[in-house]
Amino acid sequence: MMADTAISVKQLTKRFGAFTAVNEITFDVKRGEIFGFLGANGAGKTTAIRMLCGLSFPTSGEATVAGYDLFRDAEKIKKSIGYMSQKFSLYEDLTIRENIRFYGGIYGLSDKEIKSKTDSMVQQLHLQEQVDKLVKSLPLGWKQKLSFSVAMLHQPKIVFLDEPTGGVDPITRREFWTMIYEAAGTGTTVFVTTHYMDEAEYCDRVSIMVDGKIDALDTPMELKRKFNAPSMEEVFVQLARKAKRGE
Amino acid sequence: MKQFLFFVQKEFYHLLRDPRTMIILFGMPLTQILIFGFALTNEVKNTRIAILDNSKDPVTAEIIQQLEASRYFDVVKNIKSNNELEPAFQQGIIKLAIVFPQRFQYSLLHENEASVQMIADATDPNVANTLSNYATAIILDYQNNMKGQVEFPYTINTEVRMLYNPQLKGSYNFVPGVMAMVLMLVCAMMTSISIVREKEMGTMEIILVSPIVPIHVIIAKMVPYFLLSSVNIGSILLLSVFVLDVPIQGNLVLLVSECLLFTVTVLGLGLLISSVTDSQQIAMLISLMGLFLPTIMLSGFMFPIENMPVPLQIVSNIVPAKWFYFIVKTVMIKGLGFKYVWKETLILIGMTIFFLVVSIKKFKIRLE
Repeated sequence: MMADTAISVKQLTKRFGAFTAVNEITFDVKRGEIFGFLGANGAGKTTAIRMLCGLSFPTSGEATVAGYDLFRDAEKIKKSIGYMSQKFSLYEDLTIRENIRFYGGIYGLSDKEIKSKTDSMVQQLHLQEQVDKLVKSLPLGWKQKLSFSVAMLHQPKIVFLDEPTGGVDPITRREFWTMIYEAAGTGTTVFVTTHYMDEAEYCDRVSIMVDGKIDALDTPMELKRKFNAPSMEEVFVQLARKAKRGE
Repeated sequence: MKQFLFFVQKEFYHLLRDPRTMIILFGMPLTQILIFGFALTNEVKNTRIAILDNSKDPVTAEIIQQLEASRYFDVVKNIKSNNELEPAFQQGIIKLAIVFPQRFQYSLLHENEASVQMIADATDPNVANTLSNYATAIILDYQNNMKGQVEFPYTINTEVRMLYNPQLKGSYNFVPGVMAMVLMLVCAMMTSISIVREKEMGTMEIILVSPIVPIHVIIAKMVPYFLLSSVNIGSILLLSVFVLDVPIQGNLVLLVSECLLFTVTVLGLGLLISSVTDSQQIAMLISLMGLFLPTIMLSGFMFPIENMPVPLQIVSNIVPAKWFYFIVKTVMIKGLGFKYVWKETLILIGMTIFFLVVSIKKFKIRLE
């Protein structure tokens, strides 16, 4: 494996009984890349992302994440990755400061680190007024940005974002992507799934999953050229239409 | 270790910020003790009775005095003849009548035998039984005292003694039961709900992706409930001693250790529940139906196990509360030591290890 490869996946498969959720997917993600992981509902994106995070055990195949083998070194992988799930995952009955402290704490950050991280994060997100308020009082967009910052708290090598901008307004989505670019700029690999095709345009490379398989993988520019489509949306619709699985 | 402490701290935030949880945690033991202590009691207090004294001698006067002094009875004075008894019973003025025959003292001293008639309103047979038992106990008590003063050559001594609970107090019975119930609810239900809630909210995923060791998650979830249960054990014991006058006869250290052991047993049960369900409602239902009801029905606290059909008696053996109830009764009320409860303790320890091992094994490190 090359030093500049963050994720390497070969024929990774996940079956639930007779149902093959993820069918022999193979791809590489370069270090510092923003990798878009697209697919219709039920295409197997979440299952794939969960396997890479160690939440779900693959049925077969090979994978290395952050240089560690998914089957042998799952514990080491955990220290090197950040994860933001579809569901909002901060504690609503804790304040912003307490949430940061908790997540920093379970990743083994020192009190000093937690304090300085809290200060810089609060400053960056302009949450000075809210830092000691309960998270449930925040609007959704802010919560999502906060979740992302919390996932980045321990400076992971790779961050997995599972539909991070679902239900968020366009301005906040734009701000969110600015944060993603900043993270990628510091060398963090970003693995992101989304339903918004304008967001797919922001990615360095995009893979499109249909029925558990990766049907296309390239830069947005190259994909549009190959499928002779004016936009990523068109590319996606052409591919997703072939899907046999329902939602 | 530090990660673990962060986790415990977070659990305390959850607990302290949820008013409903706090009400259940601290309100429940209090209300249970008070309800069982003062309202739901099968004791009979201040029952109105009539006494017909056809002998009017020093012995009957003394017995009547003792009956009047008892807090179980309230003697209705204006009933003076046999004819007045029937209407008094019918109108529900009295529940019990005690009739001394003529020449009571004479019979007692010269024939070594005297009888007292007791007439009870047996529409409620349990109350009637209890009342006549109380009255009999008072009369026998008098007889025993008298025996010390006068030499009776041939007294037939009918010795009825209410062991361990001479005043036949209901509280002696339910304090151990309430303790089992409260610990069951606080530990099993609250722990399982708190774990399942994290699954429902999606925070469990983030925790499982993080490097924290799963067993730390489990223990961190148990710690706050363990501490709160200790507080509850303390408050129940204090309430029973100072409000309900149920003394702790046995060794306090032994009693508290047994309570803490049972707390861990129940925490294990809570973990087990949380590992088989993903929804808070189901966790709550399982706790109520699967744990709370058997605790009430099959622990021997409400219904004596000896009176149950054999299959139920066998089933009752798997109810942890049954063993705990026995231990607490033995240690707290009878005042006996460890050698009388070691078998039951061992059973509880075995159950605890079983629950913990199974639930730790089942705790899903990976979500499927």
